Amino acid sequence: MSGFFDIPSDLQHSWLGLIGLHLREALLPVLAGLVLALPIAQLCVRFRWLYPPVLWVTTVLYAIPSLAFFVVLIDYTGQTELTVMIPLAVYSLVILVPAIVDGVRSVPQETLAAATAMGFGPLRRYVQVQLPIAVPAIIAGLRVAVVSSISLVSVGTLIGNQGALGNLLADSMFYHRPELAVNSVVTTAVLAIVIDALLVGLRHLLTPWMEDTAK
Amino acid sequence: MVSSGDFCQTRRVCGVLIRIDSVTKRYPDGTVAVDRLSLDIPDRSITVLVGPSGCGKTTTLRMINRMVEPSEGTILLDGRDIMRQPVNTLRRSMGYVIQNAGLFQHRTIIDNIATVPRLLGWGKEKARERARELMGRVGLDASLAKRYPYQLSGGQQQRVGVARALAADPPVLLMDEPFSAVDPVVRKGLQDELLRIQEELGKTIVFVTHDIDEAVKLGTMVAVMRTGGRLAQFAPPAELLSEPADEFVEDFLGADRGIRRLSFFPSAGLELVTAPVVATDSTAEQIAARDTPDAPYLLVTSPDGKPLGWSEPRNLTAGEIDPAQLLSYGRPFVAGTDSLRAALDCAVLSPTGWAVAVDADGRVAGVVSQQTIAEAIRGAHKESTSEAKALR
Repeated sequence: MSGFFDIPSDLQHSWLGLIGLHLREALLPVLAGLVLALPIAQLCVRFRWLYPPVLWVTTVLYAIPSLAFFVVLIDYTGQTELTVMIPLAVYSLVILVPAIVDGVRSVPQETLAAATAMGFGPLRRYVQVQLPIAVPAIIAGLRVAVVSSISLVSVGTLIGNQGALGNLLADSMFYHRPELAVNSVVTTAVLAIVIDALLVGLRHLLTPWMEDTAK
Repeated sequence: MVSSGDFCQTRRVCGVLIRIDSVTKRYPDGTVAVDRLSLDIPDRSITVLVGPSGCGKTTTLRMINRMVEPSEGTILLDGRDIMRQPVNTLRRSMGYVIQNAGLFQHRTIIDNIATVPRLLGWGKEKARERARELMGRVGLDASLAKRYPYQLSGGQQQRVGVARALAADPPVLLMDEPFSAVDPVVRKGLQDELLRIQEELGKTIVFVTHDIDEAVKLGTMVAVMRTGGRLAQFAPPAELLSEPADEFVEDFLGADRGIRRLSFFPSAGLELVTAPVVATDSTAEQIAARDTPDAPYLLVTSPDGKPLGWSEPRNLTAGEIDPAQLLSYGRPFVAGTDSLRAALDCAVLSPTGWAVAVDADGRVAGVVSQQTIAEAIRGAHKESTSEAKALR
């Protein structure tokens, strides 16, 4: 009888190893999405006409099922982690662009006027005034992106066991070990909750200037 | 209209710092926000742009620091065309105060104030040192330095806005309806504070408001603008009140401009009488001696001269004067410092028709009747009319 944390050897990872793998496959795409989203969002704020088409394209991308993505990507990137991470990065991008644009746009008009009047150039104003004030909105977007990314990694099981904790689901069927499925689901959920809590903590750390409405 | 030459003679402030020369702002859709506006904004004084909404006053202000660029005409700052200067250098040489303060909500009060010095490349410590100094100057407690804007009241935020604008000691201060979003009591406090700071620093201030009372109170010169961005009148406030250029200006000034104009006449010339004043510790003979037919009431003061109230002489018994039985004296005016408007107001408020004048320490300097104030007003009118004629 194998224990709850005994992972079948075909996965080539311990339980902790699977967690590390899962986090890498989930978080790297979000990071990539953020790096891409920041300049795209700035362009959308700067040139208002750009935002509706960008929103349209990203929404369409979001509507593509991950499986369809895999099918297309497998020809190019094979059965690798990258094939899992590319769609996840795209989904993150879709969530983050509107979050950042709305956050940056929520900066009050008089704050912007004051910054311009004091001699802030456009780039300095974006980095030193608009982005910091948009931090709560950006982190709210990141929370959604991270949680959905953590849950979506499991789908990678379908392309050569690249689903990290998700692979346990398939193994639970092969080896008739239902506890593996429970392990997979619970661990994934706990991971999502912990990362989400960390992001909330990060927001508190970054925004001491915000009125604490929880009090 | 007063030319700058006259201005120098009458105000003892000289020179034009900002010359707006037939400036027009036309938007691509054809709207004209400002129409061939010419204004000479004098050095080291407060020039107020006032008018109904849509008169182009804010647009005019924003053209001075190039947040809006004029379609035609030129603006000279100290003789130099503002369009030929690097825009951010120009802006950093002008303080800017905006409605609702426009503070950076993510920065502490002290870092908000230190913004422009930091942009100008000052070290962090030097900039904060300067910010601390300014907090004192605008009446903010040093304990607020590390707070964030949301922790301050609207009035305090506006003070931070003024301090931030003054941080790099710019010669020019642009103020765009800075006090319109706070309640009247706080607004009065901020206005008085601005006048006091201006007394100390002598900046060239361009102040936009839609409130004519604020314009008259703060302005050395007031430019009344009308819808369509045209100048209706440019004059010192006293002249605006006595000789509005046309019906529009007259309407805009409102109904009681006669009374308001009295604010510009000093009460220094008022003849105060001390005969109807007695102290609580007066003797029966002293009270009897004050009881004259031309003063039906006596003003009772405390032994150290503070006013207590009015009473008919026959109700006063030496040694047992009860302050609670006295008639209220309304509100005293400060002799010499306050205007004829304040004196008249006191006389009207006082149930006896006499105004109580006090010195700077609040001790009674004398009393004055409505008749005497009315004569002083007639005298002041005569004088100002002949002055105005002499100017022409």
